[in-house]
Amino acid sequence: MARKISMKDAINEAIDLEMRRDPTVILMGEDVVGGTGSPGEADAWGGVLGVTKGLYAKHGKRLMDTPLSESAYVGAAIGAAACGMRPIAELMFIDFMGVCFDEIFNQAAKFKYMFGGKANTPVVIRTMVGAGFRAAAQHSQMLTPIFTHIPGLKVVCPSNAYDAKGLLTQSIRDDDPVIFCEHKNLYAHESDVPAEAYTIPFGEANVVREGKDATIVAYGLMVHKALEAADALAKEKVEAEVIDLRTLSPIDWDTVIESVGNTGRLVVVDEAHPRCSIATDVAAYVGQNAFGALRAGAQMVTAPHTPVPFSPALEDLYIPSGGAIAAAVRRTLASGQGAGAQRKAS
Amino acid sequence: MTENRIRPIVMPKWGLSMSEGKVTGWLMKPGANVKVGDELLEVETEKIASVVEAGDQGTLRRIIGEPQTVYPVKALLGVLADDDVSDSEIDAYVASYVTPAAAEEEEEAGPRYHVADLPSGRVRYAKRGEGDAAIVLIHGLGGDLDNWLFNIDALAERASVYALDLPGHGQSSKDIADPTLRGLAQALIAFMDEVGIADAHLVGHSLGGAIAIQTAVDSPGRVRSLALIGSAGLGPEINSGYIDAFITAGSRRELKPVLQHLFARKDLVSRQLVDDVLKYKRLDGVNEALKKLSSSLFAGGRQQAQLGDALRRVNIPTMVIWGEDDEIVPAKHAAALTGKARTHVIGGTGHMVQMEAANTVNALLKEHIRAGLL
Repeated sequence: MARKISMKDAINEAIDLEMRRDPTVILMGEDVVGGTGSPGEADAWGGVLGVTKGLYAKHGKRLMDTPLSESAYVGAAIGAAACGMRPIAELMFIDFMGVCFDEIFNQAAKFKYMFGGKANTPVVIRTMVGAGFRAAAQHSQMLTPIFTHIPGLKVVCPSNAYDAKGLLTQSIRDDDPVIFCEHKNLYAHESDVPAEAYTIPFGEANVVREGKDATIVAYGLMVHKALEAADALAKEKVEAEVIDLRTLSPIDWDTVIESVGNTGRLVVVDEAHPRCSIATDVAAYVGQNAFGALRAGAQMVTAPHTPVPFSPALEDLYIPSGGAIAAAVRRTLASGQGAGAQRKAS
Repeated sequence: MTENRIRPIVMPKWGLSMSEGKVTGWLMKPGANVKVGDELLEVETEKIASVVEAGDQGTLRRIIGEPQTVYPVKALLGVLADDDVSDSEIDAYVASYVTPAAAEEEEEAGPRYHVADLPSGRVRYAKRGEGDAAIVLIHGLGGDLDNWLFNIDALAERASVYALDLPGHGQSSKDIADPTLRGLAQALIAFMDEVGIADAHLVGHSLGGAIAIQTAVDSPGRVRSLALIGSAGLGPEINSGYIDAFITAGSRRELKPVLQHLFARKDLVSRQLVDDVLKYKRLDGVNEALKKLSSSLFAGGRQQAQLGDALRRVNIPTMVIWGEDDEIVPAKHAAALTGKARTHVIGGTGHMVQMEAANTVNALLKEHIRAGLL
């Protein structure tokens, strides 16, 4: 039955259902139990923010608390995946991923290609992303573009509880390594979620709001900021279409191109830094493949090219806001120098 | 009394989850002479866009619902009155109109959905009304109880109305023990046993119609009357291209044109409607269930069961309703029950005629069921 649950609970439920369905699914990470060997739930924290709480009581030894050594247990998870298991490794913050880049970039992402397609690596690395948690520069980054850059990895970043459950279930069942990015400021966000298992295919963006005047492309927390902007713009009789990419690799170019074909205006929002980001990627792709549809230059709304500040006031300014997105939409509407505009005029 | 001389047009409640709707446009101008069933205005909910038909007659004296504005259920959208009612009386009526609070109604109506645990699995259902007579609404392949969202409350005025999710559908269990019509009819009887329905007026749409006929043939004592809407089981043809495409469509882009086959007015297929069907199709076990049903019931692209002759041998009052432009099951199949059933073919509507011409279908169903009670 569908009921409203939080994104945190939806993630927990997806892992629970897949562990019940498939005995090869295991979970490992720092404090994912938070009290291995202890008898009760009270002693088991279930991860730093309690996302996996309760799973130890249900699945026991299939959850493993690991030492504080990301390179060791991510490597172990990748090795187990290559040997027939479906491990989920939880790496608290994406910021720590750097110490296991060899395992991820050069091993997991490459096995299928280097062994003639005979080796699968069905590992999921779950990790928290994003700013706004007052956790300073080393626990707040949006490093999705780094992983999107690597062929052989799939990169997922849900914006709500329904998508989180369906995309995580798909990630666990997928035969390739998946970097599953959970925005810590969305854990409490609630939506209608069926109790049963379901999957959402990769590479299918979600048009969360339809509009004819401009296309806003976003993912993760930025989807909600984009919707705020669209609400504000609607009061000015500007109808913005909002696209939630949901998965960054693979990415659903068709939906983006189709929308820009209708609106002629593009604003890409990314909580990552401005250079070599999802924003630049989408803007470049549209510029190359749908230039004729554009009626103005694409606008990018991103975090600045600085580390995430610790000062709460500065951190709030750092995160792209609904107001900044609305302003970018207004800029695209005010200019009209693109090929689409010229063609329309002639 | 003003209550009789002034008749409000209010935001309808289409289905159990609707709390508000957006007026998208009026189809009648102030001063128009309105007859019952006339199309007054268009309303869009998160589920579907549809037309509000007049439930009363009179002159359209006042338009209150503004286009592109959202109103709660039962909010006053317009006023119908006789010509001898003065403008000041209408002003007073509008000024004193109070929209009933949704929360109170919710409480009154009880929980939205119930679950019956049958040996064959879980069945979700909705129940409205408290009348002695029972009506059971049975949806078609790939549908769910919300297919009756424009009908369930109207029928519940004088009866207890049950709408269920068939096995493999909606939020019922996705395992289908027996995907034959007989098996599905047995599941329906098991449901009636579990919730304590001795006998019922069965209203079946599409595959649900064939299940209703099978139930009437197998267990005539449990069926008071039959209403068959765009029903399967009355002829060999079926749009197998639609069924295959419905089962295989995996994205919104693929699914939307498929769902448009269900309606004569293609713009009724809203984004939310497509999303809801997509969310259902993505549940574990749904595709297997749909394939199982389709290969059992529509093997080779033909309806396997022809139940018209068997139904003729059972003495149960039967009515047939068809959308003239039905693209799934052709309206000519109504001929299978000529002489046995009263037949109503409704122009300008498709397979989902109970949604597209809800007021007309509701009036026909009420009349048919009332006649069946005599």
